[in-house]
Amino acid sequence: MAAQLKPGQGPLDYGSRTWLKVLFAAIFFVLYAPIITLVAFSFNTDKRGVVWRGFTLDNYTKAWNNASLIEALTNSLVIAVIATVIATVLGALTALLMWRFRFPFKGAYEGFMALPIVIPEICMGVALLLFFVSSGMMGLFVALPWPLNLGNIIFAHVTFCFPFVAVVVRSRLVGFNRQLEEASKDLGASEWQTFWSIIVPFMKPGLIAGALLAFTLSLDDFVITFFTSGPETVTFPVKVYSLVRRGVSPEINAASTVLIVITVVATVLAMKLQAPPKADKG
Amino acid sequence: MENWKQNPRVFWTLGIPPSLWLLAFFIIPLGFLFVMSFSDKAMVDGQVSITGYDYLTGFTNYIRAFDSLYLGIMWKSVWISALATALCLLTAYPIAFGICFAKDKWKPLLLLLVVLPFWINLLIRTYALIAVFRTQGYLNKILGWVGLGPYEMLYNNFAVVFGLVYVYMPFMVLPLYATIERLDKSYLEASLDLGGSQFQTFMRVTVPLTMPGIISGIILVFIPCLGSFLTPDLLGGANALMIGNVIERQFKAANDWPFGSALSFLLMYATFGALALRYLFTLRSKGVDV
Repeated sequence: MAAQLKPGQGPLDYGSRTWLKVLFAAIFFVLYAPIITLVAFSFNTDKRGVVWRGFTLDNYTKAWNNASLIEALTNSLVIAVIATVIATVLGALTALLMWRFRFPFKGAYEGFMALPIVIPEICMGVALLLFFVSSGMMGLFVALPWPLNLGNIIFAHVTFCFPFVAVVVRSRLVGFNRQLEEASKDLGASEWQTFWSIIVPFMKPGLIAGALLAFTLSLDDFVITFFTSGPETVTFPVKVYSLVRRGVSPEINAASTVLIVITVVATVLAMKLQAPPKADKG
Repeated sequence: MENWKQNPRVFWTLGIPPSLWLLAFFIIPLGFLFVMSFSDKAMVDGQVSITGYDYLTGFTNYIRAFDSLYLGIMWKSVWISALATALCLLTAYPIAFGICFAKDKWKPLLLLLVVLPFWINLLIRTYALIAVFRTQGYLNKILGWVGLGPYEMLYNNFAVVFGLVYVYMPFMVLPLYATIERLDKSYLEASLDLGGSQFQTFMRVTVPLTMPGIISGIILVFIPCLGSFLTPDLLGGANALMIGNVIERQFKAANDWPFGSALSFLLMYATFGALALRYLFTLRSKGVDV
């Protein structure tokens, strides 16, 4: 029996079974076809967007000249940059704390830090809305000039981003050789010097990966922003939402394509940066 | 790992900023929401006030949540999420299985292909589905070529279930991939050698041994489905409301924040229940893990 088997036809060679390949192709087709059509039709000349009529960049120019769309995109980028900086610092502090110290109720503290990751986004959104409105922060921020009026959205974004950064940075720190730290201290370096010249350089790939993750999470967030933004402060996803509710248009396709490119580039970068620790362990 | 008492200054420097942040912008807001869920709108001169509240008046909002209308929506949210989770499992299992048995050089690329859509904005992916399914959409166009349709495919439960499967599938593939990859393949060989058919081997060896991954995947998909707002809002419209949409209405159009707060807490309790189940399963599977 075994002698008759061609290579790739053993009982466990599921990877080369035709039915599995067909299924794979089908599932990937369903997964990607809508996104690819979305991108392709952003270059379509047809207004209604169902039939391909020819290549154009008009939709991009139109999106670019749409002042409210550009304003929303600028807001999103400003929020994402500021939230990323704060979230990376807070996330790194959390990761260092969990990595370095033993302390009472550590398990409970860890669970508490993971809460923003697990609770439904909508609950967090309405809780922050209620908090901002009842504490008067909403009224305060709305009255401030740009970009300070984005403050409440930034606070909200930092809150759901930094626990993710903490997870990424902590997984990087696990690979740290503690003898390096001891050696540095033995050689007379202070706590602060050891931190800056030994630990931070080691953490750097984790910090960058965490920051990129925070950046994409912030840029992509719709639900929490939808509840915490004031009437004047529209972010890109919130703007796209209001456009989508009115119908399908090639202009939205163009705007979406830009956002897809930004997030995919950030993600691929983050993945590339997270890969090295595996390689230098071996 | 050192005891915090050995270096309290560093301990507090690291611990205080994130803890304070989480306290101020997460725990306290949830506290506000909790108080609000037991409150009622204030009556001013015999009229319901728009912004005033009587705090901590009782359980009226929770009692109202068990009204048959809302119970119906909660039940519907549960079954839509359960159905979407089941379909995710059915599609994700062959994918995870196939990636594990693919050639090593293809594995990273295949995994990336599964995860990549997850990084594309949820709103944009949902919009892409609208363009496919709407009455003048691509699918109806294609069906039109063979003389079928057009069908109304949006704004019903089917569209919501499809949207949820489409959006949350990667969450299912990753834990499944992790457990199947760790599975000792010699068990499968043993089963096949001993005369088990491929189907028997799959049902009686592979599935039980990968149960921890299956359960993690189920929980990871079920929780965001249950709390989803955007997918049922855009794909389901008024015909397929889920609990998230009702919460959104209470806070926006209906302006009944106390009731919305109570519904939010019920949703959170359901989420914590699902997480507790997962924890129980991991405890149990640790005992029999191979």
